[in-house]
Amino acid sequence: MALTREQMAQRVARELKDGYYVNLGIGIPTLVANYVPDDMDVMLQSENGLLGMGEFPTESTIDADMINAGKQTVTARRGASIFDSAQSFAMIRGGHVDLTVLGAFEVDVQGNIASWMIPGKLVKGMGGAMDLVAGADNIIVTMTHASKDGESKLLERCSLPLTGAGCIRKVLTDLAYLEIDNGTFILRETAPGVSVEEIIEKTAGKLIVPDDVKEMTF
Amino acid sequence: MAGLDKRVATYEEALDGLTDNMTVLAGGFGLCGIPENLINEIKRRGVKGLTVVSNNCGVDGFGLGVLLEERQIRKMIASYVGENAEFERQLLSGELEVELTPQGTLAEKMRAGGAGIPAFFTATGYGTPVADGKEVREFKGRHYILEESITGDFAIVKGWKADHYGNVVYRNTAQNFNPLAATAGKITVVEVEEIVEPGVLLPSEIHTPGIFVDRVIVGTFEKRIEKRTVKA
Repeated sequence: MALTREQMAQRVARELKDGYYVNLGIGIPTLVANYVPDDMDVMLQSENGLLGMGEFPTESTIDADMINAGKQTVTARRGASIFDSAQSFAMIRGGHVDLTVLGAFEVDVQGNIASWMIPGKLVKGMGGAMDLVAGADNIIVTMTHASKDGESKLLERCSLPLTGAGCIRKVLTDLAYLEIDNGTFILRETAPGVSVEEIIEKTAGKLIVPDDVKEMTF
Repeated sequence: MAGLDKRVATYEEALDGLTDNMTVLAGGFGLCGIPENLINEIKRRGVKGLTVVSNNCGVDGFGLGVLLEERQIRKMIASYVGENAEFERQLLSGELEVELTPQGTLAEKMRAGGAGIPAFFTATGYGTPVADGKEVREFKGRHYILEESITGDFAIVKGWKADHYGNVVYRNTAQNFNPLAATAGKITVVEVEEIVEPGVLLPSEIHTPGIFVDRVIVGTFEKRIEKRTVKA
């Protein structure tokens, strides 16, 4: 079975470490916040200028002046700080964020990522994604392995305009956890019940399947 | 304090001198911390051909979105189109010139512009369409692109409180791009929720020192929420 969005978030959360500063993108990455282990203290960075994003507010504490980068109303947790956008991106571009999780349309074997536009069809804009991928060492991309039409999103070369070049080393899809090294995808884990054959079939870029591929458990 | 008293009484006065084809820097992230009354005053003045620099362009019918609908914006420099249907439509049809700029680069362009730094190198955007036509330099084995800074004829800023001297503090994440825009306008106009007597704001808590500010006006704000999310 392909992973649910929640299971993907749960799997990403296993990469967290106590004391990490983490930036979570919009969509599945946002859900990772729900799976931070109780014995861990992790500070969430929101690039609009909040370090220490807390939970959603209640109807009585909702505040139009307190939002996250997804424009959702949020709260600030204990130990939080608030600052302007230049300082926020000094954290990101200066390499101070320990883990970045973001979505994508495509990734390829060179570690390139495309996530911000489909020419002629869809223009969302890059927001902070180009800064995040250029500034971070430790990035996990979360996305579905293939499109609804079955087209692979793990490619030999990205077909869409890039968000960043040669910056992605880890990809979690709904079918597998893979690493990218030396011009190839390396299969590390499969989703429970998903066959290696299915992953091979749905991975367009060069893929190495080592002997010690694990099956994820939840 | 005569010459240092930045207070103005009307929105008309606040944007006095704004004419066609000027560049306007606007604070705000989404609809959070946007100078909503100054935007409405731009609409009322009917100036055209503006270049607007802002992270987003409001939403349909609110914030900078109203200036798109009135066709007052010729060029938009922003990082995110998002869910603004009119913005996306004008972009795809080519009616509006759009320079999509990475968010951190946009913030740094304003910061540098306000600080008298004409350009800077950044790794952001290297190897992407953002780098097209830009100088590339290698430092310590990594590639960087040259980005030019931005200044504006006007900066329109939303603060929380200001004093007569134009010292400003921002509230929560309504800070965002506002302090950066404030430094980079030839004429910087700040609208706030409250103007307080000099001395009420502590010198050490000021976000934007009055030297960057030309005009301050007090307004009332709708503060529309784009995505209202509450705990289950």
